[in-house]
Amino acid sequence: MSAIQTIPINWYLLLSAVLFSIGILGVLFRRNAIIIFMSIELMLNAVNLLLVAFSTYLSDSKGQVFVFFIMAVAAAEVAVGLAILMSVYRNSKSTDINILSKLKG
Amino acid sequence: MMKLVGLVPILPLIGFLIIGFFGKKMSKGLVGVIGSGVVFAAFAIAVGLFIDIQEHAQKSYTIDFFNWISAGKLSIPFSFLVDPLSSLFLLIITGIGFLIHVYSTAYMHDDEGFSRFFAYLNLFIFFMLLLVLGSNYLIMFVGWEGVGLCSYLLIGFWFKNTAYNNAAKKAFIMNRIGDLGFLLGIILIFVTFGSISYHEVFEQAKSFSSGSPVLTAIALLLFIGAMGKSAQLPLYTWLPDAMAGPTPVSALIHAATMVTAGIYMIARSNILYTLSPDAMAVVSVIGVCTALFAATIGLAQNDIKKVLAYSTVSQLGYMFLALGVGAYTGAVFHVMTHAFFKALLFLGAGSVIHAMSGEQDIRKMGGLKKYIPITQMTFLIGTLAIAGFPGFSGFFSKDEILANAYEHNKVLWFVGILTAGMTTFYMFRLYFLTFKGTFRGTHEQEHHLHESPKAMTIPLIILAVLSLVGGLVGIPAALGGHHFLEEFLKPVFEDSSFRMVHHLSHETEYILMGIAVAVMAIALYFAYKTYVVDKKLPAAEGEELQPIHNLVYKKYLIDELYEFVITKPLNFIGDAFHKVVDNQIVDGIVNGSGYVVNGVSGIIRKVQTGNIGFYVFVMVISIVLILFTQLF
Amino acid sequence: MTTYLFYFLSFLAIMFALMVVLSKNPIHSVLYLVLTFFAIAGHYVLLNAQFLAAVHIIVYAGAIMVLFLFVIMLLNLNKDTEPHKSLWLKGSAAVASGSLLVILVGSLRGAEQIIASNPYSNSIGLIENLGQTLFKDFLLPFEVASILLLGAMVGAVMLGKKSIK
Repeated sequence: MSAIQTIPINWYLLLSAVLFSIGILGVLFRRNAIIIFMSIELMLNAVNLLLVAFSTYLSDSKGQVFVFFIMAVAAAEVAVGLAILMSVYRNSKSTDINILSKLKG
Repeated sequence: MMKLVGLVPILPLIGFLIIGFFGKKMSKGLVGVIGSGVVFAAFAIAVGLFIDIQEHAQKSYTIDFFNWISAGKLSIPFSFLVDPLSSLFLLIITGIGFLIHVYSTAYMHDDEGFSRFFAYLNLFIFFMLLLVLGSNYLIMFVGWEGVGLCSYLLIGFWFKNTAYNNAAKKAFIMNRIGDLGFLLGIILIFVTFGSISYHEVFEQAKSFSSGSPVLTAIALLLFIGAMGKSAQLPLYTWLPDAMAGPTPVSALIHAATMVTAGIYMIARSNILYTLSPDAMAVVSVIGVCTALFAATIGLAQNDIKKVLAYSTVSQLGYMFLALGVGAYTGAVFHVMTHAFFKALLFLGAGSVIHAMSGEQDIRKMGGLKKYIPITQMTFLIGTLAIAGFPGFSGFFSKDEILANAYEHNKVLWFVGILTAGMTTFYMFRLYFLTFKGTFRGTHEQEHHLHESPKAMTIPLIILAVLSLVGGLVGIPAALGGHHFLEEFLKPVFEDSSFRMVHHLSHETEYILMGIAVAVMAIALYFAYKTYVVDKKLPAAEGEELQPIHNLVYKKYLIDELYEFVITKPLNFIGDAFHKVVDNQIVDGIVNGSGYVVNGVSGIIRKVQTGNIGFYVFVMVISIVLILFTQLF
Repeated sequence: MTTYLFYFLSFLAIMFALMVVLSKNPIHSVLYLVLTFFAIAGHYVLLNAQFLAAVHIIVYAGAIMVLFLFVIMLLNLNKDTEPHKSLWLKGSAAVASGSLLVILVGSLRGAEQIIASNPYSNSIGLIENLGQTLFKDFLLPFEVASILLLGAMVGAVMLGKKSIK
């Protein structure tokens, strides 16, 4: 039994769009850098989901391989990002992104 | 020998580079040896070239070096032209240049800018050689500008003196006016003939009919260039002021070489002039006017170098008179003899000034004969030569010019002979006031009087000998001589020969010579009577003069006239433009755009809050907008 | 049956995702995110990508989220310390993300159905097929990814050092 026989791909597109928008909402909504990171992960997963969906609907395994790479990138990103967060916290005792306003013109 | 022609200008250039870069670290002796040595080497090669040209049947060599400029139709090779005319000029430049270098080693010995002076001199020789050797107008122009530059550097050599600097600037700017004419002439030549190499231009010019307007325009534009460089009316005023430079410079640049560049250029382009009688008429009239005008000013000057300067202007006028009446050989002949005796006179004057510890006013000299006999002797020879005393070099060259002028137009001849009389008068006035009578300077100066060192007197003696015998290369047929120079230069002026009028009968020539000698003798007598027998002195500074005398003494107020007619209005316009256009409009635009950018950026800057959340927000909105425009 | 499963998993995913964003306590956010990932893994299974589902659980829920938890606990952020944004900002954030959603959904309207070029196969999600593709077509990116991970590791160590002098 496969999703492809009963579920149109549009539904997955919609689901991905919703998850992605929730990720965006998180980024805009929150000030805690860690939550923002998580929102970004959410967005990445929305994309992953869509890739897998297309891969299955088109019977092409390349889409799933792409997901692996996205996971690798996400892992690297999280590692570096959290390390940056650590040093920011060490300097300012906060993970509030609004204090990072050195770029003010 | 022709293969070595490249070395002729390069040697002085090398000298300039060595002295220019390392001169300060070298001893003065070494600088002198290098500076004079390179010029002497160039002179040796020039002699070789001269002999080559003299002996071989081929009279014109073009030596190509490399393709210099090539763009569209324009193709200019860097090549030299060696023919009788240029080889003769090479001899004059390097020969007299060498003597003046030697002279300078002694004259400038105590100057702190010794090495700089020699570097400039070598650079000058380089550019002058380039001017003469170039096989097209552009190389000539490069040399032309180069000598102008060196002239500026050398006139303002003592740059700590503002007046000298102003004189240098004046020379430079006056020359620029002429140079513009020359440049326009070159452009017109290119437009007309499609080439600027002498050979091609002259070949094509032959097919033009006589009096063609475009040739006249070219000839007149080139003549404007010559006016500036060779100090003709109305652009002559820089030359007397150029006496601010050290005396050897006056001798080298403002008497013997640079100022003759205009003569060289017209002699080189003789075919263009021969084909436009109108231009020639202009040249001859300007020449003779300058000759007379400068001679009258020379009558009333009291500065030893100023007198010589005006006499240079006057003699240059003579040369242009010769060119204007088609006596190209006569002009070149006079260039040569004038180079000898004017260099001699200037160097002699330098020697006098040296002996007088810097004094240049002839009213304070007198009776120097017994203190500086060699200078006196050589100066006398120079004076006789410039006055045209029979047998001296000036006699033959002037005679040739006057004879040609007589054939052409009696008025020109009359003015010429009048000028010759004045020349005799003021030169002997100068001589008598300087060397005869009693000493009028201070006691200290008298005590200090001494003959110059050998490095100065030997060039004087050599030049004196040349002034004495230099005329022998051009003895007119009327005197049973043989005009070597005319024969030598024949290939250069061959194309213009159809316009040369027939020679006068020998009887007429005898009469003309007789008149010339008589005029000279009368002038000499007057000068002798006034300054030796009556022991009159020129009026001292501040003394009331008769109106005409005053006018002449003040140089006809030409400088003031220029100041009033040209400089003042220009200054006024410049001021007005400065205040209105520059300060208000141009600065307004520039500053205004600055203010606008500043203000706008001040507003936009506030967008850069540094708030990352805000940035992300803007980014999302932008993505939405982009997607919106892309997808719908 | 599949349709209901899809609805159920989608509902879970969206709800937990919203909870991630809305919950005040960072620890809760992390936990909700883990749940979201489980829901997504369920979708993967539904889509015949069983191996990917397993990897997803292991990498995201097992590694990345643990890292998040670790950092939060290390920094002692498990309290609700976050200052609130103004209502205006919250509203504009909701409007922005909502309009993005509208745009994305709206863009589907004009889309055409893509015809699969390969015949349908149940087995593309199997590890064998994935391995074939990964090590044949994507060998170079695979190796490059290792360099990326190495770089990230070095970078994280450097940044995490106590004092960078």
